[in-house]
Order: sequence, then C-alpha cells, then structure tokens
Amino acid sequence: MEQMYNFAFFDEASKREIRRAIFKGIAIPGYQVPFASREMPIGRGWGTGGLQVTLAIIGADDVLKVIDQGCDESVNAVNIKKLVAATTDVEVTEDTGEATIIQSRHRIPEQPLTEDQILVLQVPTPEPLRDFEPSEAKTRVLHAEADYTGAWLGLFDQIVKFGSTTTGADHPCLVNGRYVMAPSPIPRFDTLKLNDSDNLTILGAGREKKIYAVPPHTRVEPLDFEDYPFRVESFEGRACRLCGATDVYLDEFVDEATGKTVYQCNDTAWCAKRRAEKGGE
Amino acid sequence: MSAMAVAAKAAKTTGTPGAAEEASCLSVSHLSLKFGKGCPACLGPNAKLERNVCPVCGTVHAVRDVSLEVYPGEIIGIVGESGSGKSSLMKCIYFDQQATSGDVRALPYDGGAENILTASPQQKRHIRNSVFGMVYQNPYLGLRMDFSSLSNIAEQMIAAGDRTVSHMCERGYYLLDKVNIPARRAKDAPALFSGGMQQRVQIAKALSNNPPILLLDEVTTGLDLSVQASVLDLILRIRRDFNVSMLVVSHDLGVIRMLADRTFVMLDGQVIEHGLTDQILEDPQHAYTQQLVYSLL
Repeated sequence: MEQMYNFAFFDEASKREIRRAIFKGIAIPGYQVPFASREMPIGRGWGTGGLQVTLAIIGADDVLKVIDQGCDESVNAVNIKKLVAATTDVEVTEDTGEATIIQSRHRIPEQPLTEDQILVLQVPTPEPLRDFEPSEAKTRVLHAEADYTGAWLGLFDQIVKFGSTTTGADHPCLVNGRYVMAPSPIPRFDTLKLNDSDNLTILGAGREKKIYAVPPHTRVEPLDFEDYPFRVESFEGRACRLCGATDVYLDEFVDEATGKTVYQCNDTAWCAKRRAEKGGE
Repeated sequence: MSAMAVAAKAAKTTGTPGAAEEASCLSVSHLSLKFGKGCPACLGPNAKLERNVCPVCGTVHAVRDVSLEVYPGEIIGIVGESGSGKSSLMKCIYFDQQATSGDVRALPYDGGAENILTASPQQKRHIRNSVFGMVYQNPYLGLRMDFSSLSNIAEQMIAAGDRTVSHMCERGYYLLDKVNIPARRAKDAPALFSGGMQQRVQIAKALSNNPPILLLDEVTTGLDLSVQASVLDLILRIRRDFNVSMLVVSHDLGVIRMLADRTFVMLDGQVIEHGLTDQILEDPQHAYTQQLVYSLL
C-alpha cells in the first residue's frame, strides 16, 4: 500500500495527547477529560470523538468492529471502518467475539464483551447537567463539588410531568460512587451492561472535546428514586421474527404487506450469528 | 420553639453579646463588600467617599461595615434607595456574592460557632439549602422557569438528600396550597404563570426545607395592589405558623411598616439609622431618613 498517511491517520504527537486524556479518564472513572479534538475527515457530530479514540488506541494487530444503531452496515459505520482500515491496514470484522476494538453509537453489543476487548462509544452531549446549567464553568464546579441536584431534578421533573422518567437513552449514571456521567445515547437496556463489566469502555465526544471512561469492574449505577426505581425497556412477550431471540433489544417494524407490527433484533451481527448457528444444526 | 431553646442554650455557652435570655438567630457583623482594591484614602472607618465611590482610587464600596442581629421570629426591614447596598447585603448573606470581609453567624446551622462566610463550598450549599430560604425580586433568578412548579419546590429537597418522589410531591402540594396556587397548576412551569403567582411559587420554594431564616428581596415590588396584599398576608402567616426569622429588603415604606419589627436604613452602603419601625417612620433622625419618610406622605 502506498503510505499516504502516518499510521492511524494522526501524527504521533496527536495520538499521545489523546492517549494521555484516555489514561486520565481511566484513572478518574466518569470524569470528563478535556482534549484537543482534531479536525477529522468526517463532520463533527458524526462520531469524531469515538473515531479519534479508536485511532489513538489502535495497533497493527487489532481487529476492528464498528456499529451504528446496532448495525454493522449503516453508512456511518461503514465509512468509519473504511477510514480506519485504509490508514492502518487492520482487519475489520462484524463478529463481536473476534473484535478487539468495538466502536459503537447507540448500542452495546448483545454478546457480552470480555476483558480483552475495548468498547469505544461516540458521545454527542457528554454533560449530564447541561439541561440544568448551560454554563460549562458552572457545571465543572458542580462536578467538583459532587452537586448532582440538577441530574436528579431533571428525572423528577419527567416523573411529575409524565408519570415516569422519559430518558429513552442516555440515562445519567453515578460512576464509582463519585461522578455522574452521561453514558452516550445507549438505551436504558444497555446502561446496566456498563456496571461491573469485564471490558474497558472509553467514551469520546468530538464536538464537545471531552473523553471519559469506565474501567473494567467499576460500579455504574443509574440515578433513580426510591419509589421510582430504574427500569429497562421491556420486550416481554415479543421475539425477533428472524432468529426468535427474546432477551435482546428489539426494533419495531410494520410489515407493509400485512400491516402487522413485527420485531427484529437491533444487533444485526448477533441476529445473523444466531441464524447461522441454527442453520448449521 | 426548639430553635429558640437551642438559641438560648447557645447564648449561654458562647456568650453572644446582648442576649442574656435570647440569642440572635442570624448575626451579621462588620460585613463589607467592595469592588476594587481600595486605597489608604478609602479604607479607614470614616473615609470620605463620593456616594459610595472612592474619589482617589475609584473603588466602589457597595456594603460598608454593616452589622445587624435577627432574633427568632423577628422580621427585620432594610430600606434605602436603589444602589444603597440592600440587595448586595442580602446576596452576601446568601453567598450569591462573595463578601470582601465580615462575619456572619447562623445559629440554626452550628449554634453560631463559626463564621459561615468562610465555610467550604459544600457547607455553604448545605446552609443555603437548609438554613436560608431566599425570595428574589425577579422570579427568573429564583425559579427554573421551564421546570414544573413541583420540581422547583423539590429542588432544594433533592439537594438536601431526599430521594422519594411521593414525599416531595406531597410537600410540594402542601406548600402550593399554603400560597394559594391551585393543585391543578402544580405541574405547570412558572413561565406560564402571572408575576404574582411566580412570586408565590418562589415563596413556596423558599419554604421547602422549613428554613429557620427567610431572606426576602423586594418580594412585592412590581405586583399589583391586591396581589401585594395577599403576598404580605402570606408572609405574616408564615411567621406566625412557623416562627421564621426574616430579613426583608424593600424600598416601599408601606411594606416595611406592615411587616418589620425593626428597620435599618441604608444609604451609600452604610446603615445610617436603625431602630423600631414605628420609631423610624414616625420620628426619623437622619436627614436622609426624614427625606425618605416625608416623600412617602
């Protein structure tokens, strides 16, 4: 291959700067570390935070998987995968088990991750207190003093107005008993997977220039009230129409031919794997 | 009553001056707030200033060496023209503004043992949430306009560690009822309310944690007369029902006459006269107070 770029697109100094931010994030779980978000060949808001983290940590032996909304084949995921592959020559995969680095938007894969894998999440709004306090200077003080009234108040207001919390995704979590974190827009269904996980999770927000992390085996507790406990999405009585899975995050479709509502695995790689295993039996 | 018992006890142990039988609930001494470095010409006790500005170095002395005591269940009025330092004094006590120097002791917090102005940020937040209730002149400062009224009331309860929605809602409905806001409006945001209603939500919010001291900054300014009357009525009822001490800032002498037991008159950052409210209004001594009182009539 003709070498058009340095390995992994960035110059070495840039990679070191991002790695330093990542190390600091791992050392202080849930703390948002500012970093000098670079200009990327994709627009901010399209996963540049995750992409920069991936490029900073990737090595020649890594195997990369990129998903967007649970799907390996969406345009955004394919483009990010192509960019990383073109500048590093690493192997790409759709198999969750084979990957060493998984960059994702909106989902944590259904297949449990292991201690040898790193999950990189793309984050649009890393600040859980932003709705409550627009000033960055003030939210930093609130984090420093562990004053998370604003995060609780947001949930309280939802309960008062709508009868339950309405965080479809990005439900604020207390990390390691200290910092409240916005876990990127993963559904509540996936939020519990962050708790005491075997894998390292790194969250990157390119537009907001923040990196934070959840190290393996760290406590991650979604905020909730005593009489309104945290609940995940329920898919009771529903199953994937393709693979029959019942204990996974399902997408809802309307079958245009019959007009009926049907459900399907959101994690396409997981669904395909189950079907392949069934077919092989 | 228990607050008074604690007050009496603390007075015995700490020997707060001027309180053999009753200690002050809130005691402010030598509080100053200045903007600028100050210079030898303006730092002395009897420095000559142009209004509250130093003619030599341009330092603005917003609050100059103010001392006052508020006793349990007492309402203290602070009057003065715009820019006299009334609200700045209030903001210093509530930590909205960092006082340059001075000593503030709050009996309900720690028995008056320490100067709360030098407390840590966490302690200050605790004091703001549990000892003081603040009502601002402008409801936009005191309320979160887009959150429901119940949430506004719950905010300080959450800050004080309450994590039970039903308990906070119950308290919210109770307080809204106390300030005459119908339960069907409880889930509406204050942004949708009239000015008088917003002010009453602010009062309900200030009462959420049963604070022993209320700070009221021009609560009735800008309200129409009938609403003004009901808000004043409410404040007096709160004092009667909860024995709350209050510091009331107003430039409206009618409000002060109705509410305050004792009154302090401020001018150019200084207290120029203080005494029983009747005394101040009927027999003002200082030339400025005389002007203030006579312009009312």
